[in-house]
Amino acid sequence: MEIRLQQAPFLPGALLDAFTARLGGAGAVVSFTGIVRDEAGTLGAMEIEHYPGMTERALEQIGREAMARWTLADLLIVHRHGRLAPGEPIMMVATASSHRAAAFESAEFLMDYLKSRAPFWKKEIGADGAAWVAAKDADEDALGRWSSEP
Amino acid sequence: MIDVLYFAWVRERIGLPKERVETDAATVAELVEELKAREARYAAAFEDVSALRVALDQDLADFDASLRGVREVAFFPPMTGG
Repeated sequence: MEIRLQQAPFLPGALLDAFTARLGGAGAVVSFTGIVRDEAGTLGAMEIEHYPGMTERALEQIGREAMARWTLADLLIVHRHGRLAPGEPIMMVATASSHRAAAFESAEFLMDYLKSRAPFWKKEIGADGAAWVAAKDADEDALGRWSSEP
Repeated sequence: MIDVLYFAWVRERIGLPKERVETDAATVAELVEELKAREARYAAAFEDVSALRVALDQDLADFDASLRGVREVAFFPPMTGG
């Protein structure tokens, strides 16, 4: 399990190659990369605030929970903070398993929990001011599907 | 003494990221009432606690949770990671 919390940009392809290379023969790798939307050219930047200390703990807990629920060869979580430009990767997850179902499901699980349970807050900086991104009820509801064992 | 941390718009509304608070509050809800009574900016930030989340020593908690033994309380809006 590898967890990275960083301000610096990252190259999703390079991280995915490195992740895949060290697996040996896991059979299935699923990855997701979140990218700053440009909102039709209106977004100047995205600022991501986080809670140092709790963030690392939350990412570890979410990762460990995924490793416990599914039979995974490995998983990767990368999440950035600070000021990001449109088009830049914000975060990525990758999961590896013998078969695709566990890899897909655990990647979705990681995404659902990162959305609503990791202490990050996004602020959109536009031409006419800045606004905090509101949490979506749908993101909170998405956690419900993981309330029973897979 | 307890460390109280604020994040995102809660931090902006109150105007500081962190402070040490002398309190006898037994629960988070009591601490919120004490803070609200201080100044308008606190009252504004805590006007609707259903819009807020709280963490005690870096674990999510409820507003009726006890502060016994707690060293760090953080208030913030619902998280928007991912």
